Amino acid sequence: MDSNRNKVKLALLLSVIGFVPVAADAQVSNYSPVTDARLQNPERENWLMYRGNYEGWGYSPLDSINSGNVAKLIPVWSYGTGVGEGHQSPPMVNNGVMFVTTPQNQVIAMDARSGDVLWHYKKSLPEDLLQLHPTNRGVALYGDKVYLATVDAHLVALDAKTGKVLWDKVVDDYKKGYYCTLAPLVTNGKVMVGTSGGELAIRGFVQAFDANTGETLWRTYTIPEPGQKGAETWRGDDWKTGGGSVWIQGTFDPKLNLTYWGVGNAAPWAGDFHPGDNLYTSSVIAIEPNSGAIKAHHQYHWNDSWDWDEVTPPMLIDVQRGGKTIKGLVHPGRNGYLWLLERAADKISFVSAKPYVTQNAFKSIDPKTGRPEYAAEHTPRKGTLIDFCPSLWGGKDWPPAAYNPKTKLVYIPSNDNHCGSLKSKAEEPMVAGELKLGVEIPDIKMIVDPNTKTIGKLQAWDMAKGERVWAQDFESHSFGPVLTTGGNLVFQGGTNDRYFRAFDATNGKQLWQFRTNSGVTAVPMSYMVDGVQYVAVQSGWGVDAERMQGSLIAAGYKRKNYDPNVPIPQGGVLWVFAVSK
Amino acid sequence: MEYKTAGCPDCKPLERRTALKMAVGVALGLNFTSGAKAQNNDPRNARPQPGDRMVFADGERKGNIIAAADLLAGATQIHAFPVDPTSQLVRDGSRLNKILLIRCDHESLNEETRRRAVDGIAAYSAVCTHQGCDVGAWDAETKTLWCPCHDSKFDPRENGRVVSGPALKRLAALPLKQVDGELAVAAGFSGPVGFQNR
Repeated sequence: MDSNRNKVKLALLLSVIGFVPVAADAQVSNYSPVTDARLQNPERENWLMYRGNYEGWGYSPLDSINSGNVAKLIPVWSYGTGVGEGHQSPPMVNNGVMFVTTPQNQVIAMDARSGDVLWHYKKSLPEDLLQLHPTNRGVALYGDKVYLATVDAHLVALDAKTGKVLWDKVVDDYKKGYYCTLAPLVTNGKVMVGTSGGELAIRGFVQAFDANTGETLWRTYTIPEPGQKGAETWRGDDWKTGGGSVWIQGTFDPKLNLTYWGVGNAAPWAGDFHPGDNLYTSSVIAIEPNSGAIKAHHQYHWNDSWDWDEVTPPMLIDVQRGGKTIKGLVHPGRNGYLWLLERAADKISFVSAKPYVTQNAFKSIDPKTGRPEYAAEHTPRKGTLIDFCPSLWGGKDWPPAAYNPKTKLVYIPSNDNHCGSLKSKAEEPMVAGELKLGVEIPDIKMIVDPNTKTIGKLQAWDMAKGERVWAQDFESHSFGPVLTTGGNLVFQGGTNDRYFRAFDATNGKQLWQFRTNSGVTAVPMSYMVDGVQYVAVQSGWGVDAERMQGSLIAAGYKRKNYDPNVPIPQGGVLWVFAVSK
Repeated sequence: MEYKTAGCPDCKPLERRTALKMAVGVALGLNFTSGAKAQNNDPRNARPQPGDRMVFADGERKGNIIAAADLLAGATQIHAFPVDPTSQLVRDGSRLNKILLIRCDHESLNEETRRRAVDGIAAYSAVCTHQGCDVGAWDAETKTLWCPCHDSKFDPRENGRVVSGPALKRLAALPLKQVDGELAVAAGFSGPVGFQNR
């Protein structure tokens, strides 16, 4: 049967059952190619990458919406994504054209002013796919292409004007546990992605593809093999399935020509299973993007046993301390410490680390090296149920912090007042593509003091002084990525009450809130078209926010919106806000 | 409105829209078997077939035939793959073929489950309907099959219904029978397997 006859029959079929597809105006006119120069100096009206700039700030210089008028913010258009699960990606905007991704790997191109759909791409996913993290964190833009890393471990290049697939490359075998959820990082003609799958017996890596052809240029594993530097920190063959996932877009310093990537924890969770320091897990690594060579690293904590991956990359921030400017790497760790490191061409140096939530697993931090000494009574090990704070969800999970160069404050989306417990089980072999945690599953617990009133905490830190300036506490736990703007504002959702909020960036006072359809776990962003500033965010609860909700209910946290019979609603909607005239 | 398919008590009822599409499709000569063909011709990929026996999918006894006596009352579920009793071919080419077996108190099974079970042994797809993880754990407190990826829980006594968690669809059941005293598959899965939440 030829395709034309099939099309005719399909049209007939659809007309019989009462649905006729409408041909879309699948075309973007006057698209502005994205260049390296634009990525290094993004226009204030655009949002060209995951955090808005290579430094990872989550900062928009736009100030038309500001602390004086944000109370008048209203939704101007919205878009239902048609899928559930955790919506986590920011829309990217390039001169009036918006690209947004959803779980199940859809990409929708829209007119950023009107919400008109220009084209719609949906990846065909294999029926036997296991999605431990059914989400996506956005596309990368470069030239006239749009790049999507997928949950079945592909990298797809789309034509930005039409959504047509230009090439589709396999990153690795999804049947062996590899998958991608991050927004790719692009610089100098290279598209870089990392891989998830730390619970599924993978060996993590960052891989670069030619932006035009999709040809693989290099792959750099986050875990060294025998003969490579750092291999001595692993036992036997543990490195082969040692985890070290990379699932958040890296940051980039064009002057040093170094990309910085956060690396996940060693696998499985139980440290007993992989004795040694386990480089480069729970670390930041600096990769030179032409060669893929690891030029420097810093391990935040060694031989992880808490599921504290350190997968968010550090923000690149100049920090004034002791009369000098530190070319800083700032990382609010999942391990509950706020890290300040100093970057250089061939090294990363420890400067300081300070707990920003209740943390009892580290007894001390070496003042020269930053290496933590562990409290044995709070370090999970074989055969004993061990409690520790914070719980495996960490002081801050994946949601990115933000930095505002006007206020010079770092804004951390944290969770406090929660602990957890784990018990390692007898060792068992890791099997490619199968979930292996190395701990007794029924013993994975959260512990919350019955008197605890708040868990989510948005914190503002002055890195020069190393002090917290303000904090906003929430009854709900928080999975809210942070946006800050030139209008002295901080935007964040993340709570289970479905609110999206704006705060005064200087003093933390809440200035506005809007109740959305679901919980807001996506990265907010801001853009401008025809002189009008917009703030956009997807609302769609799921994945880890939902899992932590279940853990808190099981822990007996009896605050509002923690009723086991009343789930937080799912289903994604993109909201776009502007100031009412 | 649901349409029951005649002569196949374990087949999933068709939704009205699906049935209508199929009726119109047949009239137009469209081919609705492409999904089945997607399993391709490799017999290792074929879903469990009537008469198939089952072997341990993992552990020390991986590949060994599972007997009813291997399933103990009060024990957690066993993961299995179907095996062709004639060719001895194990159908482990697709993880969607993975089966979980569990023995419950026969009297505790609801009517539909009891009809598909053998001496209290019930079988289901081992792949979670939420996002496709293995339903690999057992919650002793609620006596439910537990997917540790996202905490969906299913009741093996009540046709694999969702008890809690994000899954929306029940686990597909696999009817069992005894053949010459051996545990065997009586019919194919009662519904779709693999992730169905979107």
